[in-house]
Amino acid sequence: MSDAVITVQNLSKRYLLGHRSGEQGYNTFREVITREARNFARKAVHVLQGREVVQGDGVEEFWALKNVSFDVKQGETIGIIGRNGAGKSTLLKVLSRITEPTYGWVSLRGRVASLLEVGTGFHPELTGRENIFLNGAILGMTQREIQKKFDEIVAFAEVERFLDTPVKRYSSGMYVRLAFAVAAHLEPEILIVDEVLSVGDAEFQKKCLGKIDDVSRREGRTILFVSHNMGVITSLCPTAIWLDQGSIRQYGSARGVVANYLAHGMPNKDQIVRLDCIKGAQRSDEDRLRLEKLEWLCSLPLRHGEPVRAQIQFSTRTSVTDLAVGIGFSSLDGTRYLTYETDFQDGFRPAFHSPGTYTVDVEVESLPLAPDIYALDVGCRSGDFHSLAHIPAAIEIEVIAGPNTPGTIIRKNAGVRLASKWVWNQLLEQQQSRMLRA
Amino acid sequence: MPNEAGGNSSGPARPERFWPRTFRISSGSNVTRKTSIMQDVILIEAGRRERHYWIDLWRYRELFRVLAWRDLSVRYKQTVIGVLWALIRPLLTMLVFTIIFGQIARLPADGTAPYPLMVFAGILPWTFFSSGLNEASNSLINNANLISKVYFPRLIVPTATVVVAFVDFLISFFILILMMAWYHFLPGWQILVLPAFILLAFFASVGPALWITALNVKYRDFRYVIPFIVQFGLYVSPVGFSSSVVPEQWRLLYSLNPMVGVIDGFRWCILGGQSKLYLPGLPMSIGVTAFFVWFGIQRFRKMEKSFADLI
Repeated sequence: MSDAVITVQNLSKRYLLGHRSGEQGYNTFREVITREARNFARKAVHVLQGREVVQGDGVEEFWALKNVSFDVKQGETIGIIGRNGAGKSTLLKVLSRITEPTYGWVSLRGRVASLLEVGTGFHPELTGRENIFLNGAILGMTQREIQKKFDEIVAFAEVERFLDTPVKRYSSGMYVRLAFAVAAHLEPEILIVDEVLSVGDAEFQKKCLGKIDDVSRREGRTILFVSHNMGVITSLCPTAIWLDQGSIRQYGSARGVVANYLAHGMPNKDQIVRLDCIKGAQRSDEDRLRLEKLEWLCSLPLRHGEPVRAQIQFSTRTSVTDLAVGIGFSSLDGTRYLTYETDFQDGFRPAFHSPGTYTVDVEVESLPLAPDIYALDVGCRSGDFHSLAHIPAAIEIEVIAGPNTPGTIIRKNAGVRLASKWVWNQLLEQQQSRMLRA
Repeated sequence: MPNEAGGNSSGPARPERFWPRTFRISSGSNVTRKTSIMQDVILIEAGRRERHYWIDLWRYRELFRVLAWRDLSVRYKQTVIGVLWALIRPLLTMLVFTIIFGQIARLPADGTAPYPLMVFAGILPWTFFSSGLNEASNSLINNANLISKVYFPRLIVPTATVVVAFVDFLISFFILILMMAWYHFLPGWQILVLPAFILLAFFASVGPALWITALNVKYRDFRYVIPFIVQFGLYVSPVGFSSSVVPEQWRLLYSLNPMVGVIDGFRWCILGGQSKLYLPGLPMSIGVTAFFVWFGIQRFRKMEKSFADLI
């Protein structure tokens, strides 16, 4: 037998998607009734046959993973990269035994802990102390283990003073710190981490990455790690897997894979971007708010120095107050360059008391981004801390040179180019007089 | 899509044995654990039935305890009277039933037992059953975030919620003791059999709950079925009246309702034999309960693999 701790062979996972075809075709009440009746009959037949029932009148297969095979040796840290919907999260879900593959098999040797979300199972009504025990047990620690590490966890999270406060009163920063601290003290042989570090402040992120690095190097654990931040991937993982549309596109040294991945930017040219179709990307309070679509009201590709106009559509399920919507442009390795937010200038944040669908328009007079391919992040929050929806790297978008862009602009490393005021002075005479005196 | 997917002709050989906890009985009949290189190998494959399902469940007993504790400690948070709710509900139900069935309809009590006491002895297991069924049926949906983000044997979730109902049961049992003291009513030796009937009530609620909670994940329609069953069942089961008012020729059929056996058993234990146990009906109720437990677990296990995709 090889010394592989994780063996994945021909792993495939199929989802059935239901969708409504030709919704415009049904306008009259009678047509709606006949369609519903037909759907009902189909569902009833499926129930009786014990088949999977899918909403809508068209059924489509979607292969989230296709014939994925790889081995991981003990003590390796492997980064998994890929665009939204490439199958990263599905792979992690299959590996953590949350969902079953359709074909293929996986063998895992050792205790597995998976961290697909920060603070899974945290209960808002319970105190910080109680949640440490709850979350620890959910992640697979025994009470004795948690007791032994309790002080360490509290110190790592820096929440000593709020241990007996219900976590619903925590700031989101404290919440994330506490949640990650519990997870960081797990001692499994195999650790599976989804992109959980995109939350929390920079300093804490660094601390967490240090901890993960520590765990893998010193204690010889095997780690599978998903991130959109290429900087993190190259610094933490010697090896990386690039997933593309459910299959492995490249598996090799992280530097090479990341370089290749970044070179294959695929800008989205659609005028309308369906945000609700970006699978598994929306990290949100879906009961309250859902981002639906983004529509460019200007021509694509975007041009440096030219106006940008866009409309974001979202729907609310309950009353939402203190709402702010924003978009951000990041480099493909995850560094944010530019952010536009609704409440930036006047601090105005509207409240929507009745559930419904709303839109908000944004207009930027002159796009300062230098020509390159960027990842577009879209987000919504209530107040300063509470994130309602967040889609990091929703799409990739290309910015090309505008009419006023200098011709010699270098594609990479140009960053943000803003108009600014410069004053030219002539200093030549002064220098001459100084020279004369000398 | 993959034509030969699932075929593993190429690539590393699939490990044959998992969970090295095989036991070998040696000549001295002392059990020794085989040490294996394949320490704790987990194999994930489509359609695989966990061979060590019940051992796995036992390994997660701590999570069971923690989830039950969570539900308990959250239950009465931000309520003013807190635990008193567990007392008020059965007391008020008893009051209403005593007035309607005992005073207005003038139904007979069992033997010399006071009517309110007889009603309360029926309400106790009924409340345990109905709140257990209700909460366990919604438990998977209420814990959707756990199901979609962490692995553990899913059976833990619905069974842990029944524990909450059991604690409410213990609290209301305290009222029963007070009531018995009030009526100067001393139970007989039969009270020692009570734990067996508590267990029966537990299984009576867990069986159908497992089935319904699994269905609920797929078809949310079942969320609306439960309140209906509970409301209907309250009048179909002998809660407000003694099952002796049911005509003799119908009693065996009546015992198809598993709660009939449970409630009759409770009355027999608590009222010290004042309430006669209808013996042919008891195996019937136990049989129906056992069937539902078997059926519930079977359906649940069949569906649990797809919970995360459907929830």
